[in-house]
Amino acid sequence: MASRLTATQRRWQRRRERIMEGVLFLCAASSVFVTIAIVVVLVWESAAFFAHVPIATFLTDTMWTPLFADPRYGILPLLCGTMLSTAVALCVAGPLGLTAAIYLSEFASAPVRESTKPVLELLSGVPTVVYGFFALLVVTPFLQTFVPNLPGFNILSAGIVIGIMIIPYVASLSEDAMRAVPNALRDGSLALGATRLETAFKVVLPSAISGVAAAFALGISRAVGETMVVAIAAGQQPNLTFDPREPAATITAYIVQVALGDLPHGGIGYQSIFAAGLTLLLMTLSFNVFAFWLRARFREAY
Amino acid sequence: MTDVAHQHGPRRIVSEVQVLRRRRRERIFVIFGLASTLIGLLVLLALLGNLVIDGVARLDWNFLTNFPSRRAAQAGILSAWVGSLLVILVTACIGAPLGVGAGIYLEEYSARNWLTNIIEVNVANLAAVPSIVYGLLALGLFVYGFGTGRSIFTAGLTLALLILPIVIVATREAIRSVPQTIREAALAIGATKGQVTKDHVLPAALPGVLTGVIIGLSRALGETAPLITIGALTFIAFLPAPPITSEFPFVSFEWLFDGFTVLPIQAFNWISRPGRDFHANAAAAGLVLLIMTLALNSIAIVLRYRLRKRLQW
Amino acid sequence: MPGAIDVSSVLRSGAEVGPVSMRPKIVTRDVNVFYGEKRALNDVSIDIPERAVTAFIGPSGCGKSTFLRCINRMNDTIPTARITGRIEIDGENIYAKDVDVVPLRARIGMVFQKPNPFAKSAYENVAYGPRIHGLARTRAELDEIVESSLRKAGLWDEVKDRLQQPGTSLSGGQQQRLCIARAVAVSPEVILMDEPCSALDPIATARIEELIDELRQNYTIVIVTHSMQQAARVSQRTAFFHLGNLVEQGPTEEIFTTPSDPRTQNYITGRIG
Repeated sequence: MASRLTATQRRWQRRRERIMEGVLFLCAASSVFVTIAIVVVLVWESAAFFAHVPIATFLTDTMWTPLFADPRYGILPLLCGTMLSTAVALCVAGPLGLTAAIYLSEFASAPVRESTKPVLELLSGVPTVVYGFFALLVVTPFLQTFVPNLPGFNILSAGIVIGIMIIPYVASLSEDAMRAVPNALRDGSLALGATRLETAFKVVLPSAISGVAAAFALGISRAVGETMVVAIAAGQQPNLTFDPREPAATITAYIVQVALGDLPHGGIGYQSIFAAGLTLLLMTLSFNVFAFWLRARFREAY
Repeated sequence: MTDVAHQHGPRRIVSEVQVLRRRRRERIFVIFGLASTLIGLLVLLALLGNLVIDGVARLDWNFLTNFPSRRAAQAGILSAWVGSLLVILVTACIGAPLGVGAGIYLEEYSARNWLTNIIEVNVANLAAVPSIVYGLLALGLFVYGFGTGRSIFTAGLTLALLILPIVIVATREAIRSVPQTIREAALAIGATKGQVTKDHVLPAALPGVLTGVIIGLSRALGETAPLITIGALTFIAFLPAPPITSEFPFVSFEWLFDGFTVLPIQAFNWISRPGRDFHANAAAAGLVLLIMTLALNSIAIVLRYRLRKRLQW
Repeated sequence: MPGAIDVSSVLRSGAEVGPVSMRPKIVTRDVNVFYGEKRALNDVSIDIPERAVTAFIGPSGCGKSTFLRCINRMNDTIPTARITGRIEIDGENIYAKDVDVVPLRARIGMVFQKPNPFAKSAYENVAYGPRIHGLARTRAELDEIVESSLRKAGLWDEVKDRLQQPGTSLSGGQQQRLCIARAVAVSPEVILMDEPCSALDPIATARIEELIDELRQNYTIVIVTHSMQQAARVSQRTAFFHLGNLVEQGPTEEIFTTPSDPRTQNYITGRIG
């Protein structure tokens, strides 16, 4: 035990320490490189696309047919499909997710809450392609029994299934926000003779509102970026419509459709999916930034 | 603070009838709340039941050992599950060390400065980037930029980047839950920071780290969109080159750059075809995929909950 | 408590306080509270008089707050808590099976240790109770309730020009008076106060104490305090709790001047607590 490290050993040890730290730093920095790479690739290829297609046309033309003999490059139909499926998803996930969150946070006993969480986690592990299968072969036929003339591909069933997919997400983030509301406020309300329900809706929810809104924004961002369900169940024809019963393509579905075909590298069709991807990224990013801002504000409140 | 007494009007009485109505509203809500919470579970069961009904008839030994085929009844998922396995292997080899390393750096080494802040915000943002965008990155950068082709390596690398935020966040949480006293004890007997991390912090955080890696891999296993984007072929009637050869040096990495398909893409391919026969195949493939991902997730969840019980420092 | 305190200097003379009506508003018999296995309160039996201030004193963890929370059944919100014994208000057992806590708590207001205004405007904070209980039929009626409640809490003049500002933007003492106004707005018969001044500075504390003295004319008030001077200043009756037991109770003056139990003696002279 008397032996101590020699000076040389010590130097080596210090060098090893520094190398280790350097390697770990590179690991952490790699995530930044990924972001940079994503932005560079999307912007680079989109720039080539926009050299052919004026941005004004891209944003205002009402047709999206880049692969036709007479190509048109208006993103609106794809945007419309994306927003429509997201809206349907939100109509499902909003009320159900919020109700579940309030139930779990304000009513459920600890054992119920503890056993529900793993189930919700399991749900988020289901591959999206399986959800797509479910939308096409279960939800659509079911909807067809009472929605007359519903086509086999439609935004409605894809949106509903995306909504079900994001329920756990919205519910668990909203629940976190509501549980962060101090018990003193609940006690104050209960002591006045409010029921738990009144306390939940009139005291807890308003106090947690920015956290809950952030949960919704993140849920929307997920729905916007969801690919396989719409690619499978919503059809792949760009369609400028506001009727969720019709088939329509989303931005993501279009990218899948092009990627499935064999497009020559560098062509306008190839570049168009990057322009679409850039649009998608900007949309999801804006929702995330919004959520981030809301949560920061929420944290300030307590 | 004056004239209090005469301001005290008649006591206002809470109406009994209203209380009954308020209580009823509350009871109804509880039913709705429970239903909304369980709807996910019900859908999961419906999903599973549906896949079983549609697909279980196709699920036999031949289905697992046959290549895809034009005839639905003879088609199998051999190339798909082998492909999935190899892609996941690559993803684990790249994603796990990278993510865990980044997590360790952010928790144990990083100073509180602008660089760390950027990295943290960046990780949060990456977690929210739609998966198909990773596919575009891979298509533009790996396939055409680096020329790694539409290969197992490209796919594995892409998915590794995709799960990076999941692994980083899980690693950080696990490391954060290791009590400071353990670090101090080791530092006090003269261990270097690297030794403390390697010998004490990481072993204590291992179950949590593992949970994150498993959840990440299960996510990667089910991912379809980014792999379609890099142009993973959907009709693959061959296996990649074997990793072990009869000639020296007996190990080959040729398979890394072979074409491939994976289970979710195979399932997608079959769903996209008209006809019940192929849909049955899709259901069977989906069932295999679902069982694999649910199994991985269950392992992770069990691991986490056992960990939480043990964790009473 | 730094050393022994001479509380007799703050005690009011009997004439000033006036005769305390001994019609009991709240009667408890053999109340026990268990948190899981742990027994927090042992056989507490006490009569609390109407339209007077009763103070619960005792060292921390003695069960005084636990007992207070039994009176409006706030302990129901703690899943592991179990209560035995009887608590009657105007002769009615509040733990009877058919008693709903909603109207019960409307009859028994509560003010908490830390001011806990809701994330709403000052007006909405006070209007909250009347709204959920449907006590006002018109907006004018609600306005009137809000104003008179704020007046009773001595807060009206300070907030009448900023009723729409968030309740949390008021000062600590104002927030606590807002919480008192909020409790008063549902016109309770009893107001429970759980160390209402522990988070306040001395000036704000003095305001609240004055207020308590005024409110006593119309409400039965029970106040938990760890300050013996406060108990001596505001209460007509005092009950001393120690380790979950109600050790001694009686007119405040007697408790502080001629306690019969050595534990009370030790506490008020600063030897325990």
